Amino acid sequence: MANSKSSPALKDELDIVIPTIRNLDFLEMWRPFFQPYHLIIVQDGDPSKIINVPEGFDYELYNRNDINKILGPKASCISFKDSACRCFGYMVSKKKYIFTIDDDCFVAKDPTGKEINALEQHIKNLLSPSTPFFFNTLYDPYREGADFVRGYPFSLREGAPTAVSHGLWLNIPDYDAPTQLVKPRERNTRYVDAVMTIPKGTLFPMCGMNLAFDRELIGPAMYFGLMGDGQPIGRYDDMWAGWCTKVICDHLGLGIKTGLPYIWHSKASNPFVNLKKEYKGIYWQEELIPFFQSATLSKDANTVQKCYLELSKQVKAKLGKVDDYFNKLADAMVTWIEAWDELNPSTGASTGVPNGTAK
Amino acid sequence: MSETSINHDEVDIVIGALQLDLTSFMEEWRPVFSQFHLIIVQDPDLKGKLEIPAGFNFDLYTKSDIDGVLGSSSNAISFSGYSCRYFGYLMSQKKYIIAIDDDCIPAKDSTGNFVDAVAQHMTNLSTPATPFFFNTLYDPFCEGADFVRGYPFSLRSGVDCGLSCGLWLNLADLDAPTQALKPELRNNRYVDTVLTVPARTMMPVSGINIGFNRELVGPALLPAFRLAKEGNLRWETVEDIWTGMCVKVVCDHLRLGVKSGLPYVWRKERGNAIESLKKEWEGVKLMEDVVPFFQSLRLSTSAATAEDCVSEIAAAVKVQLAPANPIFARAAENMVELVKLWKRARTQ
Repeated sequence: MANSKSSPALKDELDIVIPTIRNLDFLEMWRPFFQPYHLIIVQDGDPSKIINVPEGFDYELYNRNDINKILGPKASCISFKDSACRCFGYMVSKKKYIFTIDDDCFVAKDPTGKEINALEQHIKNLLSPSTPFFFNTLYDPYREGADFVRGYPFSLREGAPTAVSHGLWLNIPDYDAPTQLVKPRERNTRYVDAVMTIPKGTLFPMCGMNLAFDRELIGPAMYFGLMGDGQPIGRYDDMWAGWCTKVICDHLGLGIKTGLPYIWHSKASNPFVNLKKEYKGIYWQEELIPFFQSATLSKDANTVQKCYLELSKQVKAKLGKVDDYFNKLADAMVTWIEAWDELNPSTGASTGVPNGTAK
Repeated sequence: MSETSINHDEVDIVIGALQLDLTSFMEEWRPVFSQFHLIIVQDPDLKGKLEIPAGFNFDLYTKSDIDGVLGSSSNAISFSGYSCRYFGYLMSQKKYIIAIDDDCIPAKDSTGNFVDAVAQHMTNLSTPATPFFFNTLYDPFCEGADFVRGYPFSLRSGVDCGLSCGLWLNLADLDAPTQALKPELRNNRYVDTVLTVPARTMMPVSGINIGFNRELVGPALLPAFRLAKEGNLRWETVEDIWTGMCVKVVCDHLRLGVKSGLPYVWRKERGNAIESLKKEWEGVKLMEDVVPFFQSLRLSTSAATAEDCVSEIAAAVKVQLAPANPIFARAAENMVELVKLWKRARTQ
């Protein structure tokens, strides 16, 4: 099929947010797909270190000093020494869409051997509707070669606007530390050629390694929490954002897709280090999941910010007793929204206006 | 729940015969079907004698058998057309049933190997399902996969799988308007995964290629709701859609899983979508109206078996849907009748 587009889709409407503490060498491999887009680099760790951005990329870079300068005291909500700091990039972006990717993620190949333009697939996912209200057994009905199956209610076939596109990983799968310890050699080699909507009312583990979202529809919900330095927990940043985001999307009638695109995840982090970061999360999670599964938002919560602030109150009320960490997190959630609104004064109406056409 | 393996003698393969000559269908499936006991049910509206090749272990049921069992039961219950296979479900004494439409043959996977659909259904039914939290790597129990980071540990043992819904290459199970608008559309995409459809999420359950645990969910898979002019092409029916919503409610309530995805079968060309569009289906609009009903349906804590669940669903249909249309009153009565038939068949 000939590609008649002369310029990459959403070239001026999408920012690529990359957290890094090391280097950005991985961008070389992505150059054919990423170069047309603007990058927001969030440099974690030592701000005096110089991060080399490969030539030819249009970017803005923020280190910890920049974050402190821009947010002042509100910078306390942005994690340090953890890739959770990436959400600062979401906040300062002025674009409608965000794609975020880790610096150990490379271009994967599909079963025909063709290199996968992950960004292009995310854009397709975001620009076509989701189907959260009824499961389609042929997965995403808006994909080429698919459709709604017999029995799918006609009244639900317009779908809902897509707020999030969650991609997957070949090679090193996103396992928790205990699973990594038990299966150190397991690699994900299965290419599942599907995109699907995660149904309304169902939670999922959102991984921030290969993720895209509509910032105008859901941006303020993508707070990656308090992790890393000085915090009792790590590797739950994206999980936290995902559960908040899902509850809010369900409330506002927005959809979240998962599946394609795949990237190639090259680095397995140290499982013992991971275990130390995760272990509190593993048992706190057992309280968090029922909390999110039963969380309801009021009818008045008709913007993402309002939803998020309501959620933060519930976090304090119900999870504060699990650990004081959640009191701090609830406060940080409020700080985040305040900071978001300060940096993004015009956004605020997120009542699920459809983006893009159906097919 | 640990994995169990299923013995062949725990399985019945049920075939609804809507055509007289089953030879090519059975020959295509011979390597697989010859290992199992088959229940073949002839569509009672199909006149003539079925042609079945030799070398299969099967029981055959025809109109006279069906009439014998239905006896004085309400004559609103019909096992004709695609509903004939439900009679096979009723007659089976096995724990598991796998049913494949007689216009489907084995598919090939993306490496070119023939798919043993029966074996895949058996795998799906014997490994746990995970309806309470979505795993982004899909089925965590298959080779090479696992639960991802962030999946709650308390939910990792999963629950029993009650229903396994397979898919179709070539002619997908689309409705007539969709196929008529896209006459060239064929499903060529082999999606190499099985996943659990989350609890309280409704889905269209297609009867073309399914497997289920008869002991756990059997009573829910009986033909209570049919269109007045139901035809014998899949896109002229909704009986499986109705039973599918019932069985999903039952599974959600009993904390059983419903899986969807592999296996694929290859569905042969049949029928003309545009011709089918000309028929009137009063029921298709009605199906739209029942979706909110099923989505919000909650059963009582005392409903502990599929029979209990179906009885409660029937009562709810009578109270909430029947006032709008007598077709639902009939469906509710049928469901009650069918549960009785089910119980009777089990004691014989």
